[in-house]
Amino acid sequence: MKKLGKWLPRLYVAVLLAIMYLPILVVVIYSFNDTKLFQWEGFTLDWYRKLMTNRVIGQAFWNSVKLAVLSSGAAAVLGTVGAIGMSQSHFKTKGLLENVSIIPIMIPEIILGMAYLAFFTYLQIPFGMVTLVIAHTAFCIPYIYLNVKARLAGLDPSIGEAALDLGASRTRMFWDITLPMIFPAVASGTLLAFAMSMDDVVISFFATGPQVTTLPLHIYSMLKMGVTPEINALCTIMLGVVFLGAALLRLLRASRKAQQ
Amino acid sequence: MKKRKSSGKALSLGALPMLLWTLVFVAIPLLYILWMSFMKRSATWGVVAQFTLDSYQKILSPTYLKVFAQSMWVALLTTLFTLLLGYPFAYFTAKLPRRARSAVLMLLVVPFWTNSLVRIYGWMILLRSQGVLNNLFLSLGLIDQPLKMLYTFGSVLIGMIYALIPFMILSIYSSVEKMDWSLVEAARDLGASAWRAFFTVTLPQTAPGIMAGCVLVFVPSVGLFFISDLMGGAKTVLLGNLIRNELLTARDWPTGAALSMVMMILSMGMIALYKRLAGDKSLEGLL
Amino acid sequence: MEDTILSIEGIHKQFDTVKALDGVSIDVRRGEFLTLLGPSGCGKTTLLRIIAGLEHPDEGRILLNGQDVTDWEPNRREVNTVFQNYALFPHMNVERNISYGLRLRKVPKEEAHRRVEEMLELVQLAGFGQRMPSQLSGGQRQRVAIARALVCQPAVLLLDEPLGALDLQLRRQMQTELKSLQKRLGITFVYITHDQEEALNMSDRIGILHNGRLEQLGTPDDIYERPITRFAAQFIGQSNMVEAQVLDQDPDGLLTLRYAGGTIKAKGQAQPGELLTLSVRTERVKYGKDTRYGFDLSGTVKAHTYTGGMLRTTLLLPDGQELTVSGMGGSDERVAVGTQVHIQWDPACSAIVERREPGEKA
Repeated sequence: MKKLGKWLPRLYVAVLLAIMYLPILVVVIYSFNDTKLFQWEGFTLDWYRKLMTNRVIGQAFWNSVKLAVLSSGAAAVLGTVGAIGMSQSHFKTKGLLENVSIIPIMIPEIILGMAYLAFFTYLQIPFGMVTLVIAHTAFCIPYIYLNVKARLAGLDPSIGEAALDLGASRTRMFWDITLPMIFPAVASGTLLAFAMSMDDVVISFFATGPQVTTLPLHIYSMLKMGVTPEINALCTIMLGVVFLGAALLRLLRASRKAQQ
Repeated sequence: MKKRKSSGKALSLGALPMLLWTLVFVAIPLLYILWMSFMKRSATWGVVAQFTLDSYQKILSPTYLKVFAQSMWVALLTTLFTLLLGYPFAYFTAKLPRRARSAVLMLLVVPFWTNSLVRIYGWMILLRSQGVLNNLFLSLGLIDQPLKMLYTFGSVLIGMIYALIPFMILSIYSSVEKMDWSLVEAARDLGASAWRAFFTVTLPQTAPGIMAGCVLVFVPSVGLFFISDLMGGAKTVLLGNLIRNELLTARDWPTGAALSMVMMILSMGMIALYKRLAGDKSLEGLL
Repeated sequence: MEDTILSIEGIHKQFDTVKALDGVSIDVRRGEFLTLLGPSGCGKTTLLRIIAGLEHPDEGRILLNGQDVTDWEPNRREVNTVFQNYALFPHMNVERNISYGLRLRKVPKEEAHRRVEEMLELVQLAGFGQRMPSQLSGGQRQRVAIARALVCQPAVLLLDEPLGALDLQLRRQMQTELKSLQKRLGITFVYITHDQEEALNMSDRIGILHNGRLEQLGTPDDIYERPITRFAAQFIGQSNMVEAQVLDQDPDGLLTLRYAGGTIKAKGQAQPGELLTLSVRTERVKYGKDTRYGFDLSGTVKAHTYTGGMLRTTLLLPDGQELTVSGMGGSDERVAVGTQVHIQWDPACSAIVERREPGEKA
C-alpha cells in the first residue's frame, strides 16, 4: 500500500506528460514518413531535403525570427526602463496606467488583433512588417515589465543606496548595481516574449498584410489547405534546437554551481 | 523607522516611453473599437460616424447568443478539465525529489517553445478517421469502423485543454511549492485524515494558484479561434471565430467591435473577481 | 569650543501622518564615537539617512565640516554608511565590493589594490578578496561592509545597527573590535542601536531618541547616572520611579521630600510643595538598619528573585507602593521575607526626571 502511494502519483505525472508529448512524437515520426498520407510507409529524409529548398517556408521562418527579435528586443528596452521608471514614480493614476500596460496579455488576443486591424486601417499604415512589430512589441512588453517589476520589488533598496553612499551617481548606480541585479529577470522575460512572438497566430493574423507571412501564419494556412510534411520536418528541427538549448542551459547551470 | 519611502518623483522619465507606447498602441486602438461598436455599419467597409446601439442589439439575437453560450460552455469545460487534470499533476510534481521536479518542469515548458499549431496538428493526425488512434483501435479489434473523433465538439475541447493546461499547472505548482507543509502536519497531528487535511488545509492554501490558473485558462480560451477552426470543422463556432467572421467575411465592423467589447468586459470581470478573491495582489500574481 | 565635524540643526521629517523627527539638533565632535540610542520607530534610522543624504529633511540643516550639505546628493557627501543588512553588492566579489568607492574616485589600480588589501587586513579578512558575499558568514559580511565604507576614508562613518543580525557572542566580540578600530583610525562614528549595553559599552557620547525627539545627550555616565527625562531613565538600566512632594530645602541643596508615608532626601533645587519624579537606580537602594542618610522610610521585604549574578528584591512600602532593589546574588544571606527594614539611598544618586506644581495633573 505504501509503495502504491508513492508510485501512483509518479505514474500519473508520467502518463500525463506522455500524453502531452504524444502529438509532438507523432509530428516527429511523420517527418520521416515516406508519404503524405497518414500511414507509415517507411523512413525517408525527403521532407528535410524539400524543406531546405522551400523558399516560402524559409521566408516565413526568417520573417518570424526577425519579428521576434525586433519586438522582444524593443519590448526589453521599453519594458525594463519602464519598470524601473514606474518603480520610482508615485502618482495617482499609476495603478491604472500599469494595468493598461499589461492589458495585452490579460485579454483574449483576438480583441487586440481586431483593434489593430481597425486602427492601422484607419491610420492607413500599410500592413506588413512595421505593423507586425508594433503589435508584437505591445504584447511583449508586459512579459518583460512584470518580470522586471517583480525582481525590482524583491531587491533590497539599501544595495542601491550603498552605491550612492559610496559615491556613485544615479546613472552610475543604474549601470553598476541595478542593471546587473535585474538582468536575469530581463533575460527570462525577453526569452518568454520571444517565444510568444514566435508562436503568435491570432494577433499576427490581423496585423499583417498580404506580402508578409510569419511561420505560424504559414502553418495555419497550410493546415487549412492541406499539409506538406515539410512542416513536420521543420518542427522536428525546432524541437531539437529547443531541447538542445534547454539541455545546454542545465549543463551550464550545473557547472556554475559546481564551481562555487 | 522601517519606512523606506524611496524618494520618488511624481513621474519618473524612464516610465515615459513605455507609457507612451501603451497609450498609442494599446489604449487608443482599444478605445477606437469601443467607439466603433457604437457606430453605424457602413455599406462597404468600416463605419459611419453615427451613434447607434444596433450592434449591441444584434448580438442579443438568438444566433449570437447561441454562439456566446457555446463559447462560455467550452471555456468553462476547458477550465474545469485543466483544473481537474492539472491540480494532481502540479501537486505530485511539487512532491517529487528536486532533480526529478526540475526535469518534469522543463519537459512541461519546452513544448511552449515549439509551434502550438504544430502540436495541434499532431492531435489532428492522431484523431483523424484514418489517423493513428483509429488505426490502432481497428488493428486491436476494439472497433469495427473508424470512430469520428476529429471535427467534433470533443476534439475542440481536447485541443483547448492541451493548449492551455501548462498555464494551469504552472500557476498551481507555484502555490503548492510555496505552501507551508507544517500546517498539513499540524492538521494531521490534530487528528485530520489525509483527505480531510487536504481539503481543509492544502486546498485553501493553494487557492490563489487555482484562481490564477483559472483566469489564465478561461480568458484566452474564449478567443482562441484557430483551435475550433482546425479541430472543430465548421460545427463548433466560438466567439473568436464569430469576431473573425464579422470582420473578414461579413465585414460588419461595429458588430465585431461590440463582440470584442463584450469579451473584454467579460475577461476584465474575471480578473477583477480574481483580484478581489486573491486579496489585492495586483495582476502580476497571474504570471 | 570643541571641534565640530558634523552639525545636525533642527531636523524635522514627516512621513505621511507620522512625525519621524521633530526638531533634532546634535553637534558631533571630530573623532568621537556618538551613539544614537532609541527604541525602534524613534526616528534614529531616518536621522542617519538624512545625514547620509538618502532622505531629505522637511526642515533643518546638515553641516559637514562647516559646509551646508543639506541638499547634496549622497554621492557628494564625505560620509559613508554601514547598512543594517550590510547591503553588499551580491554580484561582486569581496575585493570589488570594497574597491567600488575607490573605482568611482578613479584611484589608480595599484593603489586601490593596496588599500583594499590593507582594509582586508584591518578587518581580519586577508585572503578573502575573491569570495562572493554569498559565501561569507554573517560576521564576515559585516566586516566587508565596514571595510567597504572605511576604505574611502570618510569624514564620518554612519553605522545603522551593524551588529543587529549577529548572535550575542559575535556581537560582543565585534563591539570591542569596532571600538578599537575607531580609536586607531580616529574616524568619527555615528552609530545607531537599540541595545543599551552596546551603547554604554562603546560610545563617547550617547543621544537618546524618542518619538523623533532628542531626550538626552551625554556621556554614558551622564546618561546612566543622571537621566534628565523619565524616558531616558526607564530606557536605560532599571530604575524606580519615585513620586515625591518637596517639604523643605536646606541651604546646601538637599531636599527633604514626602514619599510613601515617610520622608526621603534628594540633591537638587526645588520649591516646597512641588511634586517631583525621581529616578533611583535599583542597585542604589539600600535596606537594613543603617540610617546614615537621614531617611525616614521603612517597608517590609516582600520577595526575592534570584537571577544568576543578581538578587532582585521587592520591598513593600506602607502605602502599598513597591520598590525594586538589585544586589549581588551569590551566597550573601538573604533578609527573610516579611522583615521590617529601613530604606534609604545616597541622595546624590537620585535624578529628578519630572517636576510639576501641586495642582498640575500628571
